[in-house]
Amino acid sequence: MNILVFIKRVPDTESKIRINRETNSIVEDSLNFIISPNDEYAVEEALRLREAKGGQVTVIAAGTEESLVVLKKCLAMGADEAVLIKDEMKETYDGLRIAKILARAVEKKFPVYDLLLFGKQSMGADNAQVPSMVAEKLGLPQANVVTKLEIDGNKGTAHREIEGAMEKVTFSLPAVVSAQKGLNEPRYETLKGIMGAKRKAIPALTFEELGLSQEETAPQVEVTRLDMPPARQAGKIIPGTPEEAARELVKLLHNEAKVI
Amino acid sequence: MILVFIETREGKIKKSSLEALSEAKRRGDELGSEVAAALLGPAMDCLNPDVFSYGAAKVFLLENARLGAYSSQGYAAAIHELAQELQPKVIFFAATAMGKDLAPRLAAKLGVGLASDCTKVAVQEGRLEFTRPIYAGKAFLSVRLKSSPQLATLRPNVFPLSEPRNKAGEVIRKEAVIAEGQINGQVAEILREKGEELDVTEAEVIISGGRGMKGPENFALLKELSALIPRSTVGASRSAVDSGWIGHQNQVGQTGKTVSPNLYMAFGISGAIQHLAGMSSSKFIVAVNKDPDAPIFKVADYGIVGDLFQVIPPLKEALAKALSE
Repeated sequence: MNILVFIKRVPDTESKIRINRETNSIVEDSLNFIISPNDEYAVEEALRLREAKGGQVTVIAAGTEESLVVLKKCLAMGADEAVLIKDEMKETYDGLRIAKILARAVEKKFPVYDLLLFGKQSMGADNAQVPSMVAEKLGLPQANVVTKLEIDGNKGTAHREIEGAMEKVTFSLPAVVSAQKGLNEPRYETLKGIMGAKRKAIPALTFEELGLSQEETAPQVEVTRLDMPPARQAGKIIPGTPEEAARELVKLLHNEAKVI
Repeated sequence: MILVFIETREGKIKKSSLEALSEAKRRGDELGSEVAAALLGPAMDCLNPDVFSYGAAKVFLLENARLGAYSSQGYAAAIHELAQELQPKVIFFAATAMGKDLAPRLAAKLGVGLASDCTKVAVQEGRLEFTRPIYAGKAFLSVRLKSSPQLATLRPNVFPLSEPRNKAGEVIRKEAVIAEGQINGQVAEILREKGEELDVTEAEVIISGGRGMKGPENFALLKELSALIPRSTVGASRSAVDSGWIGHQNQVGQTGKTVSPNLYMAFGISGAIQHLAGMSSSKFIVAVNKDPDAPIFKVADYGIVGDLFQVIPPLKEALAKALSE
């Protein structure tokens, strides 16, 4: 199987986010960056499919050269190739813009594939747009938020999470699948993998090579504001024995908060 | 016109679609735009009264045997065709599993931007400004979309339902054109887990447990509390999920789900930054924890410092009493 996996570099989920109001962007100094955790499930699934069925796993990221670190990590996990699509623009929160770039790269540079794997959403922009948009651009079926994936010949079956149930989706290959927690347990890099990844070259593709014009890569989403969430005040600590506190809590929820 | 995609499950309209419709009506009144609803699939007529009472002036019933089972390709094709004809200014979806699957596909088909999982919509200079949490709620982003129609998915449980009105409207029936071979992936089956739990993203009350629950068996205590409270469900912190005590679908936080219930009750959850991000837009927060310095108390409206195993039994009793009155 020929599998393409799309990943993104995001701030560590344990980080505090600070914002710059003048530029309407987040402050990146002192932030630690990681591969978006959902993307790790996608990489792991690709490696498992390759181990079961043979083939090749290529990992692709769009971004600045800072994304090389997360691409290297995927090579160290066991991916065969990694490719950077050079995008100098900071986070635009515009899913369609990225989908156009990725779909064009697939058409121009990776025309032979069976499966495109993504994380269900980047942990940052939280858009959950790119996988479905790439599927539409390439005329492929899609299965998102997947917790189980089976490939049999040119047919796929996936379980995807919906409210209070699972949907079993069947599709033909090639297809787009987006991964989430529950699909697998991503492996750690091995020392051998890390050494191998160090030596491996990561080619970079430019918009020019992909025939992407300035117009096509201009964001359609205009950021008007970036705000911190409304600060919450620490409230009341209810004193007393567990029995007294529990009774008082119900009283407060009923009479004061009016939520029970 | 503002067009609202109405999602149905088992012959009923999802509450979050009616919330989206209510919001469409409020913003539509401001913009001077009428609101229309789109219902897809066979035999949807019986649902017309519901969409009219929540603000739609028109309902479009898009019919085709191929719309019987959900497929992003078939549904996107049907709405795309309708949008080409109606040229709406705005299209709303509920940010449900289906809405999040369908809206981006339609946006790419139309070649327009999409604002995902919005928690606020405002009218500015005749266009909409969408506000949405990013980094799971560590910051809020406001955007305008330069392209038209403006597409957005609206987070469940955030936009108030309007008071239903006894109104009639226009019903327009259309046969959707979906070519042979246009759908090559679709839902084959819906697999129910035991019971019919409400998803954490839809629940109005979440009873959540963390490491302090000490083991999977103790989540039964939270389920007992949840059983007492209407439209409630059980949630969990990352460490409880990673310990295998409860399924990942219940996980609240940046690596799980971001939620905005009316009431979030955290038992034995210390409040890691990624957990707080996912639940701090809850309207009321209750924390029960042994550790008086736990970060969760900094965001809680009401806190009890104590052993959750001693607090839950009298709490259950008091809740049962209060809810029966």
